[in-house]
Amino acid sequence: MVSRLTRQYGSGIREASTYLGQNYMVVDSSLIPELLRLLRDQEQFDYCVDITALHYPEKEKPFEVIWILYSFAKNERIRVKTEIVDGQVVPSSFSIWPTANWLEREVYDMFGIRFDGHPDLKRILLPDGWKGHPLRKDYGIIQQDNEWVQINLGIESGQ
Amino acid sequence: MPDATKFLSHLELGETDQTFLDSNELIINMGPQHPATHGVLRVILKLDGEKVLGTECVIGYLHRGVEKIAEHRTYTMFNPYVDRMDYVAAVSNGLGYCEAVERLMNVEAPPRANYIRVILTELNRLASHMLWLGTHALDIGAITPLFYTFRDREEILKIFEKYCGARLTTHAFRIGGCLYETYDGFEQDVTRFLKFVAPKIDEYEELLTTNRIWVERTKKVGYITADDCKALGVTGPVLRASGVQWDLRKAQPYAAYKEFDFDIPTGTNGDTYDRYLVRMQEMRQSLRIIDQAVGKIPEGPIMAKVPKVIKPAVGEIYHSIEAPKGELGYFIVSDGSTQPYRVRVRPPSFVNLQALDQMVRGQLVADVVAVIGTLDIVLGEVDR
Repeated sequence: MVSRLTRQYGSGIREASTYLGQNYMVVDSSLIPELLRLLRDQEQFDYCVDITALHYPEKEKPFEVIWILYSFAKNERIRVKTEIVDGQVVPSSFSIWPTANWLEREVYDMFGIRFDGHPDLKRILLPDGWKGHPLRKDYGIIQQDNEWVQINLGIESGQ
Repeated sequence: MPDATKFLSHLELGETDQTFLDSNELIINMGPQHPATHGVLRVILKLDGEKVLGTECVIGYLHRGVEKIAEHRTYTMFNPYVDRMDYVAAVSNGLGYCEAVERLMNVEAPPRANYIRVILTELNRLASHMLWLGTHALDIGAITPLFYTFRDREEILKIFEKYCGARLTTHAFRIGGCLYETYDGFEQDVTRFLKFVAPKIDEYEELLTTNRIWVERTKKVGYITADDCKALGVTGPVLRASGVQWDLRKAQPYAAYKEFDFDIPTGTNGDTYDRYLVRMQEMRQSLRIIDQAVGKIPEGPIMAKVPKVIKPAVGEIYHSIEAPKGELGYFIVSDGSTQPYRVRVRPPSFVNLQALDQMVRGQLVADVVAVIGTLDIVLGEVDR
């Protein structure tokens, strides 16, 4: 499969390898969502297990978006990763796997990564007016949006 | 693959919707303080008379930032936190986390530990399904099953308490195996429990399976097809009730599951009644697994050789197990230090809840309660 994809996309597939028996590939962000659609339609990855992200503040492209896919027919998993800069918009995969709806909302909520073409991109776990994205590395563990807390809960601080 | 637009699950709350006096549509708020939402779930319902036109879930009331906490704790320190996600199936949560870290470190738990893990996890699956049955039946109006299931679940909790001192948030396993050896009489207790509980499950079925009210309230309610399940990422009993024979214990065996003989019960109609039947069958299969395991727990150590300070090499792992609610996955990234760089939990309840809209649209408002019950969500896991 990997050789087929590399032939088609060339250097767009940055890396395709296995770690601890699990396959993953790092691809250029321009291949999303085309590659994801191809994985679903031609490689039978019909179940999107999870969409998540990673934050590496010191890197040139600080965010990694990760799709964990599973194929019922092949009983196989693969992770697709792409690196993006802060503020870069990633195409939504809602039209490929509708389960991406809430998963992408959570990534947006926690990391502030926007998904283009998402039907209703808004916060999911935190309240709508909250400032900041907690899973970014520069967001402290006891940090809060105190302004929101004061206005909405009527207390000085949530601590 | 079905067209994605039908899975849109948010409401356009315009001005016309809010002044409902001159429109037939009615927006009703259910929760977050509502006994049938099994926690703090808020559902906004758009109704036409008694018919549901659409729903939108509002979640996050129990958000504690488990994933953020993980980045500030060592691998060992984070272990008890995972019990607090799906607090009615804490043992499964712990198993998934411990196994994920073990795989990241290339350590394997010894066979004896794996057997103890399987027994406790299956007991926990029973406890979780019993709690589900009791509350689900209560939502629909059958009060008796709640008392029966809580009475019998108590026996499981007693075994947990004797084993590790805790009843709900057990923290039963450690990275590398189990901390506690089985207590004297553990096997006898479990065997006695198996003998005790098998006829009780028949009793629940006697109360419900052919009960006319139960059948009327659950058959053809909350229908979902296998294709829709896959598209929405729905797993666990909900997926199996739609006819997909897929269980991670068989598909990608972990712990000691490949040594046991058990079936994967499936349904055909994908409605609330089938999901009920599937879970009842699953309880019997769990008994079968425990029965096979308890007689032949191998001798040997219960802990693998794990360093005192856990420092996995740089890398990442995704490991998932079949929790009572579906696929529970842990995606752990290590930067080589004592604290995980990132722990992502793939919660089955969160993903399954997304299917609520699909399952209730076009149905009656009273069925929303039945469908929330049949999804078997735990809000502690939805919000984390």
